[in-house]
Amino acid sequence: MTYIYAFLFCGFVCLIAQIILDNTKFTPGHITSLFVVIGAFLDVFGIYDKFVLYAGAGALLPITSFGHLLIHGAMDMAHDIGPLGLSLGIFNLTSAGISIALVLSFILAIVFKPKH
Amino acid sequence: MNKNKYKEIVNRNTPKEECFKNGIIAFLVGGTIGALGELLLRCYMMWLNLPRKESGILVTLTFVAIASILTALGIFDVLVTKVKAALFIPITGFAHSMTSAALEYKHEGLVLGIGTNIFKLAGTVILYGVVSVYVFGLIRLLTIGG
Repeated sequence: MTYIYAFLFCGFVCLIAQIILDNTKFTPGHITSLFVVIGAFLDVFGIYDKFVLYAGAGALLPITSFGHLLIHGAMDMAHDIGPLGLSLGIFNLTSAGISIALVLSFILAIVFKPKH
Repeated sequence: MNKNKYKEIVNRNTPKEECFKNGIIAFLVGGTIGALGELLLRCYMMWLNLPRKESGILVTLTFVAIASILTALGIFDVLVTKVKAALFIPITGFAHSMTSAALEYKHEGLVLGIGTNIFKLAGTVILYGVVSVYVFGLIRLLTIGG
């Protein structure tokens, strides 16, 4: 059942993005920024946690989960050590993705030649 | 030729974006990526005996790695022009923007080329994510208290 929810959720998010892309002047950069903010907003009230519970990786893969993970790490740390935790914990959960993407893209940029 | 007539001709000759078809393709491809991620998550949980949270991070890393390598090989750009939103909305788009920026500015040098441009596109995601999290987090701390 989780597979179906994962398919539906991830597909639905992509569908919304495609509709925005086709009908407005927004570029992919605008849309991804917008979706990150939406993901962070949904997690303020714990709604995105429900999506992750039911859709599993389908909710973890779209860029909305980046905002969700940012606020999740920040609030977890803020819960433990007070308002300072907001700055300390903000990258706790997303640092894996960012650092791997950085290291890999650096190595690949050194090894490969750009295609035109 | 007056302006109205010119506009008419331009409107007639610009290719119509096939919104409906694009939407269906985005839905199907995006959904497939989501379902594949879920399959991978189950596999990691079973094979490596990891808890659900860690497997989720590992799935994200797998997709980042696949997207980076496909971008470096030049395959990803071809795919993006076909399915658009289905590939830049999942985390693959984040990795793609970094790798493509690094490759594109490689000729300007290691520091001024790759170093300064690697966050060119991914930077907006991080910037607006962090700013919005600070705002929402402060609101939540002040109202609910954590």
